[in-house]
Amino acid sequence: MMCDSCAERDAVVHVTRIEGGEVKLLHLCERCAAENGVEYTVSTPKHPLGDFLQAVHQQATLANADGSRCVFCHTTMADFRATGRWGCARCYTTFEHGMRELLRRVHGSNRHIGKTYRPPQTETLERAAVLGELRDRLRRAIENEQFELAADLRDRIKVLDE
Amino acid sequence: MTIDLSLLPDGGVRWLDASGKHSDIVLSTRIRLARNLEGYAFTARARDGERLRVLGQIREALSTLPVLRDSVLYRLDELSPTDRALLHERHLVSKELAGLDAQHPLRSGAAVFLSDGLGVMVNEEDHLRLQALRSGFALQEAFATIDRLDRDLGARVPFSFHSEFGFLTACPTNVGTGMRASVLIHLPGLVHTKEMGRVLAGLQQMGLTYRGLYGEGSEVVGNYFQISNQTTLGRSEEELLDQLLRVVGHVIEREEEARRVLLRDAGYIIEDKLWRAYGTLRYARSLTFDEAMNYLSGVRLAVGLKLVTGLSVYTLNKLLIFSQAAHLAYVEGRPLTESETNLARARYVRRALEEEAGTVE
Repeated sequence: MMCDSCAERDAVVHVTRIEGGEVKLLHLCERCAAENGVEYTVSTPKHPLGDFLQAVHQQATLANADGSRCVFCHTTMADFRATGRWGCARCYTTFEHGMRELLRRVHGSNRHIGKTYRPPQTETLERAAVLGELRDRLRRAIENEQFELAADLRDRIKVLDE
Repeated sequence: MTIDLSLLPDGGVRWLDASGKHSDIVLSTRIRLARNLEGYAFTARARDGERLRVLGQIREALSTLPVLRDSVLYRLDELSPTDRALLHERHLVSKELAGLDAQHPLRSGAAVFLSDGLGVMVNEEDHLRLQALRSGFALQEAFATIDRLDRDLGARVPFSFHSEFGFLTACPTNVGTGMRASVLIHLPGLVHTKEMGRVLAGLQQMGLTYRGLYGEGSEVVGNYFQISNQTTLGRSEEELLDQLLRVVGHVIEREEEARRVLLRDAGYIIEDKLWRAYGTLRYARSLTFDEAMNYLSGVRLAVGLKLVTGLSVYTLNKLLIFSQAAHLAYVEGRPLTESETNLARARYVRRALEEEAGTVE
C-alpha cells in the first residue's frame, strides 16, 4: 500500500481521524506521518518466519529429492512449507540436516544454551499415565451413571495410587 | 455450558490491579513457555483421542502440584463462542486456543487451567503453554513463578527436549528455551513526540520485537505495545530476560522524558486534548473499540501526568478489558450486533467513570 500523502513510499502508519463525526482512514509512510500527525498506530513488524519459510523454500527441492518423510508423524518438507509448523518432535531429527542452517537464519544460532532438561523415569511416567487414563474413565463412568464400572475403576486407582 | 468466572480468584485479572512497579506505564508482564509431551504428535497433527490423552495426563500431573492443585479447568471445546472470547479478552487464553482464529478452528481437548496469575494452556499450537502474568514491570518475579512450574511439571510428564536444539516446538521460531517474555507498555509520550519509530527500530536491532495489545498479528491500538524477545535459541533464559529488562527499563526512561517534554513544550495543548478525551468517554453515546482505546490512552496519559486526579489506573485498566465486545455481550446476557456493542460500550464506560466522577479534577 502506498502513502496517501506522497504516493512514493510504502504506507506503514495508519491514522484514524474523526472530524465532525466523519471517520477518515489515512495510510502514510513514516516520513509523512511524522510531518502530519500526532497520534498514530504502527503496523506490526515483519515476522521472522517469513525469512525462514523463504529459506525453507530454497532448500525444499533438495529435501524433496531425498523423499524425506517423518517416520512418526509422516510430515514432509512440503507440509512444513505449507504450514510453517513441524508435526512432531521427531521431525527435528528427520530434517536435522537442513535444520541447523534454518534455525541459524531464524535465531542467529542453532544451539540451545538455556536450561537443560532430563525427563522423569519411565516407571513413574507409566504409572502416572495409567492413573490419568483411569481417572478420566472414572469421570466418564460417573457422568454416564455406570456405577459398577466406576467402583471397579476406583479400586484400581486406589491400588496404583498407594 | 456457560462459563462461571466467579470460580476464578479475582476473575483472573489481578494483573490489572496496577500494584506492580511502573504500573502507570507498564500494564503487565507475561512470560510463557512452550512445551510438548514426548510420545505424541504436536497438537495440529495429533488425533482427537491423542489430544484428550494429553489433557488427561496434564490434569493428572497438575492435581499433584500444590501451586495448581486448586486451579480452575475450562474446557474451551465445551464453551460458547462468547465465553471463549471472554477468556481471550482477559488475556487468559490465546486466540488460537479459543478457536477464534479463522485459520485454526476450535480443537477437541483445547483447555486451560487457571490459578492466580498462572495458567496452563493445553492443546494450543504446542501441547503446553505455561504462562505467568503479573501486574506492572515484573520480569524476574514472573520468571521465578513460571520456572518453578516448568521444573515441577517436567518432573511429572516428559517434555520433548533435544540436546542441541533445546525444547522442541511446533513452530521453529519458539524452539530452544520456548520462552516468550513480554511487557505490555503504554507509550503515548513517545508516540506524540514522534520518537516511537526510532525506538521501535532500536528494539528490532536489539533482537526484540513488538506487537499490539493481543499479541501476534494484532494491530497496535491506543499506544499500547507488547515488547518481547524475538529469538528463543542460542541465548539462555537469563540472558534473554536480562536484555528485555535493560531495554524496557530504557524505554520507560525515554517515555518519562517524552512526557516531561510534552508538558514543557505543549502543556496547554496536551491538557486540552486529554480533557477532551475524558469528556468524550464521560458523555459519548456510542464508542467503537478503537475510539475507546484511543481516548482511554489519552486519559491514562493525563492521569500519568497528574493533569487529572481522582481517577485510578486500576479503573482505566479494567475499562480496557471490560469494554470489549465479549464482555459487553456477557453483561447484557446476549450476543450483540456491532452497533449495539458500540452503544453498550459507551454506556459501560460512562457508568464506570460516573462512579469516580465526583473525585475527578
